[in-house]
Amino acid sequence: MDKFSRLTATACPINQANLNTDQILPARYLKWTRAMGLGKVLFQDLRFDAEGKEKSEFPLNKPAWRNARILVAARNFGCGSSREAAVYALYDYGVRVVIAPSFGDIFSGNAVQNGLVTAIVSDEEAAKIMAALEHTPELPVTVDLERQTIVCGNLYNFTIDPARRMRLLNGWDDIALTESYRDKIAAFKAQDRTQRPWAAPSAKA
Amino acid sequence: MTEPKTLIDKLWSAHEILRREDGDSLLWVDRHYVHEGSFHAFDKLAERGVKAAEPGLTFAVADHYVPTRGSRTNIAVPEIARMVRQLEENTAKHDVKLFGLGDPRQGIVHVVGPEQGLTLPGLLIVCGDSHTSTHGALGAYAFGIGASEVAHVLMTQTIWQKRPKQMLISVEGRVAPGVGGKDIILSIIAHIGADGATGCAVEFAGSAIRALSIEGRLTLCNMSIEAGARCGMVAPDAATFAYLKGRPYAPAGEEFDKAVDEWAQLVTDDGAEYERQVSLDAARIAPVVTWGTSPEDALPIDAFVPDPAREPDEARAKYLRDALNYMGISPGRKLTDITVDRVFIGSCTNARIEDLRAAAAVLAGRTSKVPGLVSAGSSLIKRQAEEEGLDRIFRDAGLEWGESGCSMCVGINGDVVAPGERCASTTNRNFRGRQGPGARTHLMSPAMVAAAAVTGHLADVRPLLAGRKV
Repeated sequence: MDKFSRLTATACPINQANLNTDQILPARYLKWTRAMGLGKVLFQDLRFDAEGKEKSEFPLNKPAWRNARILVAARNFGCGSSREAAVYALYDYGVRVVIAPSFGDIFSGNAVQNGLVTAIVSDEEAAKIMAALEHTPELPVTVDLERQTIVCGNLYNFTIDPARRMRLLNGWDDIALTESYRDKIAAFKAQDRTQRPWAAPSAKA
Repeated sequence: MTEPKTLIDKLWSAHEILRREDGDSLLWVDRHYVHEGSFHAFDKLAERGVKAAEPGLTFAVADHYVPTRGSRTNIAVPEIARMVRQLEENTAKHDVKLFGLGDPRQGIVHVVGPEQGLTLPGLLIVCGDSHTSTHGALGAYAFGIGASEVAHVLMTQTIWQKRPKQMLISVEGRVAPGVGGKDIILSIIAHIGADGATGCAVEFAGSAIRALSIEGRLTLCNMSIEAGARCGMVAPDAATFAYLKGRPYAPAGEEFDKAVDEWAQLVTDDGAEYERQVSLDAARIAPVVTWGTSPEDALPIDAFVPDPAREPDEARAKYLRDALNYMGISPGRKLTDITVDRVFIGSCTNARIEDLRAAAAVLAGRTSKVPGLVSAGSSLIKRQAEEEGLDRIFRDAGLEWGESGCSMCVGINGDVVAPGERCASTTNRNFRGRQGPGARTHLMSPAMVAAAAVTGHLADVRPLLAGRKV
């Protein structure tokens, strides 16, 4: 996984509460492997009409925001289905940071596994950042994960779970981390089998 | 005296292998359920050239992509056939038990787990599906995860989690006849919002929750994710133990009795504290339907569609306009004036035997004014419903009696609602395009879907139940 420390890029505001993973990546693309290019179908039904024509009103279709690498969203971004491919689609489109007042829990868990930063600001701050971008679409935005700051005209602080922040900063691989605790896992398993014998699936089935 | 603990505390500490300084805990996973959509994770194992660490604790079900209409032995769409075949290959390779097509126990993973006695109180259960919260109904700590985490669990049988905040949602009193688990959970979501429980593990409690059948509790916990909750659960009780007794994978005989002694301890101690508490009055809950594009857009059936013009907050007004525009509904209308084009009874939320009986009680001797599909939550439930003659009631009403699977809830297996069509549905998500591109979904209970079927519009089921045995 790529490390993340700091990024200055164009940011696109998408002011829709509860923007769920079905919108980020419609279910019909879940059969696709990542190699098939999930970035192409990011927000497919919001970006394109049924004939495949771009919807000009969708922010990501506006010239200034087409190549945005930062999204600024409303509350509960990424709620709904656990599909990690929603994160693949964002990442493969080029998005590295999503700023929002809140995120779906599973989505932010998936994000950290793939190097996508989920930066939490207040509702008011998200609204201010979106307003600044509406006013000056090309305004460069800097997200600094080390300092947990966003510079977008003004300076904002964001929050992120400290463990997730460390994983993103270091590009850690969870499996390698877990493997380092192999002995502890084995000891737990042995003790647990005697303490909770009922937890094993019945062999009689 | 030891400090009083919540049910969530007890489940958490029973699975915590270690906690790092940064606050992340490594948890032991008792059951891991996989389905066709888990292919990304199996691919990750293949890349590393490793096998599943604990295949005996991993169970697979073919549900998301299996057709629920038409041939299941010769699946018409090659891409869908490939998804089902891929699961068969991956589970065979890793020695994982599969309830596949043709297995009489096949069904929706969140129906099959409890039905087979794989889901038990006190277990930690994960699955690459957000509705894994369902299993909390039996007193398990169960949550949905993404593909990378599925791969991690397959490789290590553990998962990293941060200890969540704890939230108690209590519903006290008695619900009116015709009101059930679906109405309760939709009312809760409308009350706290689609992110009202984000970051929280939720315990549902109170006399109205206790009075719910296990099926009702499964519906309740199923949709806790729609309030943003990490997981939702109900403390196991006599109803839970009675439900589990004799299930194939549950402990049997003396072992079952010993397990019950331990499961009975899985309750919140007096004086234990939650970070957040919410309470609802059961008597005030009416049959509920959704009108918009988020499960929080739910209202009692006798209410009116919101009017953006009367909304002082501009952001909220825009949200209402967008939602009503997508749904094709004019502001301020009576909910009961909204006509439907189709009905669907199924999904991990509401396709258990009790759900089918509730819908059949309304439909018996009546005709549906619109086409519709009924898909049982598992093949065993399908058979039971046929033994009870419920399939005949559905067919006689003019509805299609399908096979079991995720069906018209996910829009990926061939069963979709057409663009612009309005569907009264027992499912869990009214998201734009969820049941197919352009589909318009109204969520409600099975009885309320049956009411919509016989009237052709959103309708209060209660008058239709007059004089009927429910």
